[in-house]
Amino acid sequence: MTGSCFTGKVLALARLTASGSQSPPERERPLARVGGVPLSEIPRDLYIPPHALEVILESFEGPLDLLLYLIKRQNLNILEIPIAEITRQYMRYIELMEKLRLELAAEYLLMAAMLAEIKSRMLLPPPADLEEQEDDPRAELVRRLLEYERFKVAADRLDAIPRQGRDVHAVVVEFPGRVAPRWEAQISLGEVVEALIGVLDRAELFAHHHVQREELSVRERMGIVLDRAAVDRFIPFRAVFSIQEGRAGVVVSLLALLELLREALIELVQSEPFGPIYLKVSE
Amino acid sequence: MKPQDIRNVVEAALMVAEQPMSVDRIIALFPPELGEPPTRELMGTILEDLRQEYVGRGIELQEVASGFRVQVRAELAPWVNRVWQERPPRYSRALLETLAIIAYRQPITRAEVEAIRGVAVSSQLLKTLLERDWLRIAGHRDSPGHPAVYATTRGFLDYFNLKTLNELPPLTEPPQMRQVDLEFLQKTQDPARDTSAVLDLDPAACSQQAGDLVEGKSVVGVGLS
Repeated sequence: MTGSCFTGKVLALARLTASGSQSPPERERPLARVGGVPLSEIPRDLYIPPHALEVILESFEGPLDLLLYLIKRQNLNILEIPIAEITRQYMRYIELMEKLRLELAAEYLLMAAMLAEIKSRMLLPPPADLEEQEDDPRAELVRRLLEYERFKVAADRLDAIPRQGRDVHAVVVEFPGRVAPRWEAQISLGEVVEALIGVLDRAELFAHHHVQREELSVRERMGIVLDRAAVDRFIPFRAVFSIQEGRAGVVVSLLALLELLREALIELVQSEPFGPIYLKVSE
Repeated sequence: MKPQDIRNVVEAALMVAEQPMSVDRIIALFPPELGEPPTRELMGTILEDLRQEYVGRGIELQEVASGFRVQVRAELAPWVNRVWQERPPRYSRALLETLAIIAYRQPITRAEVEAIRGVAVSSQLLKTLLERDWLRIAGHRDSPGHPAVYATTRGFLDYFNLKTLNELPPLTEPPQMRQVDLEFLQKTQDPARDTSAVLDLDPAACSQQAGDLVEGKSVVGVGLS
């Protein structure tokens, strides 16, 4: 993590210097040579993985961190910040972020405004009246920077303290004699039944319903019976059914028969009591 | 019970316990039916003897905020950590800075932490710290909005191998200042905040905190100066 953060800062500043107006001679020098042709500008369509941009943004913990970095980098005393210079560098960083189309955090813009304010106040001539003399406009910023720096150091020191799971590990010895606590449960039959009802209720939710197309159509069977009756004139009742079709087939045949009877398309006839029943087309 | 037997019980209990054990909890292991429980003085001696015994071994007896813990020596971490496949977690700068500010400046509101860091503290970060039981809401400040004030927990001290907040490394002093600089700073110094104190607690906030404290949770940090 630290490694990548550092790279992020270096990358960010390398780009800052490359696009900076502070060093015009460097600007003339080609950035690179591609096939012998000097390249003085970074190609617009140069692919920068989005992840790398995040690294640049995340390498600083906010505007105070960035300011501290800029001050430290130049070995400047926090108490004597050259506001003009620091503001210029800070604004360049902001511009870079804008160029990279990063969403600028509001805190960074607030700091930019504050730097600009301090700069403008320092340009004003000091008031003649000593009683009303203002404090150094940098004072508040300096105090915040100093305070933040103390906690930056404190965070590093906190990180260095031996901590559990990284530096110290609690000793936990296996105890084979350990008996898991047991207790006799007193359960009434009613509770068992109630539990069972609960299980059944839940099982109900998992019941599968197979919805299938009706393979045996009553209408179709009606047609078949009618066709046969037209040819054979008298059909024995038992011949209407084919046992091979199983129970469902027999039921469909019966339904077809009853439907035909209801529609008065066929008649059932019987010559004698308990004699065979025949089916014939209605006259 | 012979002192040697008591010592064995204490050692075994500390070894199987998954959390640090306070002296009271160790004494409670000896039921009065089996004779007079060991006194706090005797327990103190036994724990000190045990600590001495472990000197020069791979393990040590460490006192942290919640009590005593037998642990592997920190020097052995480079080797011991290879026992596990996964690497110990690393924490972000945002987390460490937030934790440090709260540890040294507690009880403190979120807005005050943000003022020092210069950036917003994410709600997720605070939630993580509360869930890890490193932070707790110690109360609410009697100011507009009644903001919550945050403080560290015993769990935080246990995790960082500390017995009290006093064992935290001292905050750095502001850089060497020349007289002119001092005058320049003092002119703008906010009298309510003394930046030189290691832990400066706003008395008003403290009494507020004492009133709002949840029962059963001890006040870590109040009384330090």
